[in-house]
Amino acid sequence: MPTKATRISLPASVGELAALAAGDRVLLSGTVFTARDATHERIVAELERTGRLPFGLAGQTLFYAGPTPRAAGRPVGSLGPTTARRMDAWTPALLAAGITATIGKGARSAAARDACIATGAVYFAAVGGSAALLATHVRSAETVAWPELGTEALVRMELEDFPAFVAIDAEGHDLYAIAPAEWKARL
Amino acid sequence: MPGATAIAAAVEDAVAQAAVTLRPDVLSALRRAYDSEPSARGRAVLGQLLENAEIAARDRVPLCQDTGTVWVWVELGADECAPVGLQAEIDRAVARAYSDNGLRMSVVRDALFDRGNTGDNTPAFLDVTLRRGSGATVHVMLKGGGSDNASVVAMLDPSAGADGVVEIVERTVEAKASGACPPLIVGVGVGGTFDSVAKLAKRALLLPLDERSLDPRVRAFEERLLGVVNATGVGPAGLGGVTTALGVRVISAPCHIAALPAAVNLGCCAMRSVTLEVV
Repeated sequence: MPTKATRISLPASVGELAALAAGDRVLLSGTVFTARDATHERIVAELERTGRLPFGLAGQTLFYAGPTPRAAGRPVGSLGPTTARRMDAWTPALLAAGITATIGKGARSAAARDACIATGAVYFAAVGGSAALLATHVRSAETVAWPELGTEALVRMELEDFPAFVAIDAEGHDLYAIAPAEWKARL
Repeated sequence: MPGATAIAAAVEDAVAQAAVTLRPDVLSALRRAYDSEPSARGRAVLGQLLENAEIAARDRVPLCQDTGTVWVWVELGADECAPVGLQAEIDRAVARAYSDNGLRMSVVRDALFDRGNTGDNTPAFLDVTLRRGSGATVHVMLKGGGSDNASVVAMLDPSAGADGVVEIVERTVEAKASGACPPLIVGVGVGGTFDSVAKLAKRALLLPLDERSLDPRVRAFEERLLGVVNATGVGPAGLGGVTTALGVRVISAPCHIAALPAAVNLGCCAMRSVTLEVV
């Protein structure tokens, strides 16, 4: 560890994600939707109103991120993960409604981990503080909804070989709990 | 005499520079950590951070998408008159810098009653103090939300002593570091009052990592804290390893006979601050 990275195509079904284990290095390619706090509030309001996810989000991946504007000939200047824990209040409902994967940073609540186990969803961790590098793996960005939210708008992005780690797998193994404990025991 | 316009111009330059350039002492510390980190995953993370710094500097793109709130600390020479219109001039400079440099607007109008984005990353969070002499020293920090969220103030009993402060630092890092983008820079404030101890912790983040305190007691305490933090196993990106922090800096101050205020302000691996002198 970390040896070879596994290439993952997004959106991915829970069947495809089941093979991943916490700690695996992955390269993500395909479609993701950016959603931060304000976006989550609106998606969940739509879900409660209509009984289903808006904008074809069922089966898709949410990336907890708010980019900087286009720069250096790229669709976004910088793009990195925000703290996943802040989304945990909404996450069980969103996973139950069909979100199959999330991308963020940092440890999550027990409720979010249990929701991964219950639905087969996976949580990927990207490296916070490496947003200039991560933006070079974004091929396109198109605002889908709520442009008035600025950086918190719902944006569909196409990623190519975006580097991440499996932080919580479909069985609920949590890299943020396992890895620091292993190292603490050694130190 | 440094007027508001000159100070604001310094702020504008500092924002543009800090957003895309990693602080030299942080970059050196990251390189050293990359060479010494025994965790393979941790090394991969540190390698990614070093590559990120190169791309940001080369392409003039922000090091981190969270280009932060702007914290400005003006240390004004006591021989000078207080500049007229300082907050307004600095806010105009921040708005220009954020718009012209393609930085992210990350400020809402009110924490509770109106979370609409102000659209220009103002207001700047301004602190003005007096120091000896003339001119002004202007410190500018772009502070990310993730690391500021993971910070604490604790009003300890004096009997808690140094061990009490160590415990607060350790607990804060263990509970909150993974969302604060480690390897961290840990700013610790001790003393003062409830409000001022947080400022001490924030100011500690400005202290260079490659410099040691002149006070041997502070130096020893910083070394003890760094040892404790790096024994938590949190590691780079919170994914396990030895390099949980690149450095711990401490500022202490007088306080009430009944008090031992302590504050921990976590700084992320993309620590962005610049200090400029205005004459």
